[in-house]
Amino acid sequence: MTPLLSVQGITKRYGAHIGCTDVSFDLYPGEVMGIVGESGSGKSTLLNCMAGHLTPDAGQVVFDTRTEGPRDTIIMSEPERRMLGRTDWAFVHQHARDGLRMGVSAGGNVGERLMAVGERHYGDIRDKATDWLGRVEIDASRVDDRPTTFSGGMQQRLQIARNLVTGPRLVFMDEPTGGLDVSVQARLLDLLRGLVRDMGLSAIIVTHDLAVVRFLADRLMVMKSGRVVEAGLTDQVLDDPQHAYSQLLVSSVLQV
Amino acid sequence: MTEYNFAYLDEQTKRMIRRAILKGLAIPGYQVPFASREMPMPYGWGTGGVQVSAAVLTPKDTFKVIDQGADDTTNAVSIRTFFQRTAGVATTTATSDATVIQTRHRIPEEPLHEGQILVYQVPIPEPLRFLEPRESETRKMHSLEEYGLMHVKLYEDISRHGHIATSYAYPVKVEGRYVTDPSPIPKFDNPKLGDMAAIQLFGAGREQRIYALPPYTQVVSLDFQDHPFEASKADHPCGMCGATDSYLDELIIDDAGGRMFVCSDTDYCEARQAAGHKGKDAA
Ligand SMILES: Nc1ncnc2c1ncn2[C@@H]1O[C@H](COP(=O)(O)OP(=O)(O)OP(=O)(O)O)[C@@H](O)[C@H]1O
Ligand SMILES: [Mg+2]
Ligand SMILES: [Zn+2]
Repeated sequence: MTPLLSVQGITKRYGAHIGCTDVSFDLYPGEVMGIVGESGSGKSTLLNCMAGHLTPDAGQVVFDTRTEGPRDTIIMSEPERRMLGRTDWAFVHQHARDGLRMGVSAGGNVGERLMAVGERHYGDIRDKATDWLGRVEIDASRVDDRPTTFSGGMQQRLQIARNLVTGPRLVFMDEPTGGLDVSVQARLLDLLRGLVRDMGLSAIIVTHDLAVVRFLADRLMVMKSGRVVEAGLTDQVLDDPQHAYSQLLVSSVLQV
Repeated sequence: MTEYNFAYLDEQTKRMIRRAILKGLAIPGYQVPFASREMPMPYGWGTGGVQVSAAVLTPKDTFKVIDQGADDTTNAVSIRTFFQRTAGVATTTATSDATVIQTRHRIPEEPLHEGQILVYQVPIPEPLRFLEPRESETRKMHSLEEYGLMHVKLYEDISRHGHIATSYAYPVKVEGRYVTDPSPIPKFDNPKLGDMAAIQLFGAGREQRIYALPPYTQVVSLDFQDHPFEASKADHPCGMCGATDSYLDELIIDDAGGRMFVCSDTDYCEARQAAGHKGKDAA
């Protein structure tokens, strides 16, 4: 089977400083990959390199496109990459306000990607937006309200709806549950797991929180100082970590 | 005032502005940056339009200035006087006699003809600014033709008002390529933008942008399939000349709240009255 995403030797430096170095892995359709590691270990740098928000200094990010098969997205043209960014890819930011237009209604936020790919029927756009609000458990009566009037958890669910409305195949998430209350996190995780399963989504999810990867990720990469120090099936890595740093990470969480 | 160069600006500055105009004409709807000069009037008084007029005027031109359709407002009079003094050009209020017309917020009712130039004063040239304040991002959106955001604005309009409530500065797409702000003309005027025989030049002084529509350019007002664009106006005839096809201003005529609708284009209205047309409020 062709991987949906094949990452080869991704390296990103900030001047003399290492963001991430020589990261390689394959992600298959329907798989969820978790990336964990301490603060500053390079998780966000790696995610942003894969999603086209940062240009790596070396490496390839090969995506299996619908029409032309595997393409290295690092060297494709910017319009093509941005088109992927609003069709087959989705990006969920940690802070909902980075991923939403706060001055635009919930319906407009969800509808934007539809309009960006050429939908021009107001009634259809609104129906799809309303349907998606329902799928992320936001009452349809809120469709004309701005996200500023939403709770943190609702904003995050709206951001997810806005991203998934065009039926992407790959979702990048950077700490999607960070900063939310524990009970709100649990509800969001349930919702995410349901959507991933129902839509057969592939996802790469960055987090500090081992409970999040345990719940969502099929596979796991542990990063330290910009490198992947251990990778494997989530349960295997969490239950029987091989690398000394993974052992530390797992034990420190278990003590909490 | 005799110390000034013809039409106030020095020749080098005019050449720079003409280059921007030519580039604008070559890429219809594209916003060309230019180095806006200080003019002896404040921004908001049409310094962008004034600089464009200064760059295109020749001694043989006949110049007309309208402000929301009227030749006799303070703003229109001061710009007209400015070029009378600095360029010595003939001036007129008759649309058909003018070779260069500078306008704020209207297109004359009388169809323009070949050889005429219509110069618009533009406050905000960037149609995407409303939803995307970052200049770097709007520039990228234009270059990559990513205009979904423009429809988000119209979507918001409909969701809030039940219809597209944007009634002026209504966004258009030029020759199927650039989304452009037509300056704050009423949307009633939008259909006149397209396929016009005259050259249309747009000058934004504070924002230092010039853009243009060459004659007979395709200009389409953005809309939705189920909410098509409509060039609306007040549903009345003109009280003075009886015209039913012109854009109307609503005037309050007495302390009892009496109202009257009258052509915003004063030249059009007066010419019709002179030809014997009479509205119900005409004396
Ligand atoms: N814009 C930048 N300029 C310079 N250095 C940076 C920049 N962004 C990140 N870094 C550095 O690169 C390394 C990796 O940072 P990154 O943000 O990828 O870590 P992270 O694993 O996402 O951390 P966190 O869990 O705190 O979000 C860190 O040492 C960080 O200081
Ligand atoms: Mg991070
Ligand atoms: Zn009239």
